[in-house]
Amino acid sequence: MGVIKISNLHKIYDESKIPVKAVNGIDLTIKQGEFTAIVGPSGSGKTTFLNMVGGLDVPSKGKIEIDGINIGNLPPRQLIDYRLNNIGFVFQAYNLIPVLTAQENVAFIMQLQGKGKNERNKIARELLETVGIGDKIDRRPGDLSGGQQQRVSVARALASKPKFILADEPTANLDSKSTNELLDLMLKMNKELDTTFIFSTHDQRVMDKARRIITIDDGIITSDVQKN
Amino acid sequence: MDTLFKIAWRSLWRNKRRTLITTASVFLAVFLALFMRSMQIGSYEIMINSVVTEVGHIQVHDSGYWESKSINDSFVFSKSLKEKIESHENVTSVIPRFETFALGSFGEMTKGLMIQGIVPSMEDPRKKISNKLIEGRFLTEKDNGIVLAEGLASYFNIGINDTIALIGSGYQGITAAGLFPVVGIIKYPVPKLNNFIAYMSMSKVQEVFSPYHSNLISTLVVDLRDGDNLAHKADDINQILGTKYEVLGWRKMLPDVVQQIDGDNAGGIFMLAILYIIVAFGIFGTILMMTLERRKEFAIMVAVGMHRRKLAIVVFFETIFIGMMGVIAGIIASLPLLKYLYHHPIPLQGEMAKMMLEFNMEPFMPFSLDTYIFSNQGIAIFAIAGLTSLYPIIYVVRFRILRAMRS
Repeated sequence: MGVIKISNLHKIYDESKIPVKAVNGIDLTIKQGEFTAIVGPSGSGKTTFLNMVGGLDVPSKGKIEIDGINIGNLPPRQLIDYRLNNIGFVFQAYNLIPVLTAQENVAFIMQLQGKGKNERNKIARELLETVGIGDKIDRRPGDLSGGQQQRVSVARALASKPKFILADEPTANLDSKSTNELLDLMLKMNKELDTTFIFSTHDQRVMDKARRIITIDDGIITSDVQKN
Repeated sequence: MDTLFKIAWRSLWRNKRRTLITTASVFLAVFLALFMRSMQIGSYEIMINSVVTEVGHIQVHDSGYWESKSINDSFVFSKSLKEKIESHENVTSVIPRFETFALGSFGEMTKGLMIQGIVPSMEDPRKKISNKLIEGRFLTEKDNGIVLAEGLASYFNIGINDTIALIGSGYQGITAAGLFPVVGIIKYPVPKLNNFIAYMSMSKVQEVFSPYHSNLISTLVVDLRDGDNLAHKADDINQILGTKYEVLGWRKMLPDVVQQIDGDNAGGIFMLAILYIIVAFGIFGTILMMTLERRKEFAIMVAVGMHRRKLAIVVFFETIFIGMMGVIAGIIASLPLLKYLYHHPIPLQGEMAKMMLEFNMEPFMPFSLDTYIFSNQGIAIFAIAGLTSLYPIIYVVRFRILRAMRS
C-alpha cells in the first residue's frame, strides 16, 4: 500500500494584504513505489505542495488521502505520529540533530517509535552501512561532509520504514559526485524496499533519474510525464 | 529518555563559554547564599540556644504569672505534677525555679535585684553557672549563701564572706528579709544580667519568701527533645495539666527575640531574592538564546515525528542541568569552608561584639551546617530553573513548524 490521492488541493497564504495562492487546485495520485520528481520554477508551489503532503502544512481547501486516511483531518498529535510512522523526510540542508552522532540520529527516529535500544542501534548501523558510511557512525554531523550528511539524512528517513519519502531539493547543496551517489542510493532503496520517493527539485540530474516528472507552475500541475 | 538527556546535555556544551558563565553565576549565587544563610541561621541557633538555656523550651507557671510576675502567682511543686509533665513523650527534664525580686543592701549601697532560687544539681549542668564563677564557690543544695553577679558585687563593693541584706515582699504579702553570706561571684557577659541577677538555693528562697507554704515555686522549666512545633507541644502539656497552669513556649514568652530573628531572617531572604532574581535573568538569557538559535532544529525534530511534549522535556532538562551544575558546584565549594567556620566561628570585636553580648550571646560569628540551608538553596535554584524553562516550554508547545523551519 502507500497510495497518495490528492484532490482539489489549494493553499492560500492570506497573512498579508494580498492573498497568495501558492497551490491552486491540484489533483494527483501517486502510487506505491514511484520515484517522482516535482519540478518547477522558484515560487511555483513545489515546496508548499510537498509540505502539505508531508503533513507539515494544512491545505486551505481540498484533501490529501494516504491509504484512505485524510491527513488534513488528523489532530496535531496523531499527525505527528502519522509522520513518524509513514513519512520520511530528506531536507535540502540535511537538518540532522547536530549533537547526536550519525548512528544516534538514525536511531533517534526508531526510539521515537518505541523500538528497543539494541534493535534500533543494530538497524541504524545496517542503514548507515547501506548508505555507505558504516565507518563514520560515531561522527557528529559537523564532522561529516555535505554528501555524507545527506546520506545520514536518507538513512534517518528510511529508519522508520516509511511508506514514502519526501525529499525537498535533496541535492541542492551537493557536488556532482555526491549527487549521483545519493540518487543511485535512493534508486536502490526504491527498488529494494519499494519505498515511494517524491522529490521537489530544480536539478536536471534528479529529473534524469526520476521515472515520473510532475511540473508545477503557479500552483497548478502543468505537465505530468511518466517515463518508461 | 536517555536520548532526550543526551540531546539536552550535549546541547548545553555547544556553546561551552556561555554555559560555563551561566553555571558560574549560579555557582556564585549558591556559594554566597549558603555563606550568608549559614551565618544567619548559625546566629539564630546561638540566639535560640542561649534563650532556651536561660528559660527552657517551655515554662509552666501558675495561671497569669507571666503577665503579673507576682510572687502571689506561685504554685506548689509536687512529684505528681512533675510526673504529669514528664508523661509527655518529648519532655527531657523538668526543673523548678523560684524567681522573685528583692532589695539588696550592703554598707551605704542599695539596689534592686532578681533572685533566682534554684536546685543547683539540676540547674548547673544545663546553665553551666559555675563556669562563670570568678570568685568563691557555687551553691550547694541546702546552701544558706548567695551567689552574686559581678556587676552587682561591684556596685555593692561586696566580696566573698561579706553579708548582704535582702528585703522584699514574700508570698501573700509577708515581709521577706534576711542576711546572706556571699559565697560566690559570677561574671555574665551580658551587662543586663551581670548587674541584676543573684542565685540562691531553692530551699533558702522558699524559707525566706514563703515560710508558711512548703515547696512553693514560680516556674517549672521544661526542656524538650526537640524544639519544633513548640506551641503545639505547649498546648499538649497544658491539656495534661489543666487550666490552673499556664504553659508557654519561649517564643511566646520572649516575642522580642522572635521578632528580631524574624525581622533579620526576612531581610536575609530579601537579599537572597535579589540575588536569585539576578541569577534567574542570567539563566533566562542563556535559555532564551539557546531556544531562539535552535528554532529550526526544533521544527525538524517535530517534523520527523518527535512529540512537542518530549521536546519540552529536553529544554526543561537543559535548564535543570544548568541549575544543577551550579548548585552542586556551589555546595561542594562552600561545604569545606562552612564546615571549618562551623568548628572555628569568627571571633567578633568592637561594636559587633558588644551587640552580641547585649543579646546574651558569645561574641562569635557562628555558622550553621543545617541540611535545610543546603536543600533550600537547591530548591530555590531548581524553582528558578523551572520558571525560566517556562519560556522555551511554551515556545516548543506553540511554535509553527514551517515558520520555524524558515528561520
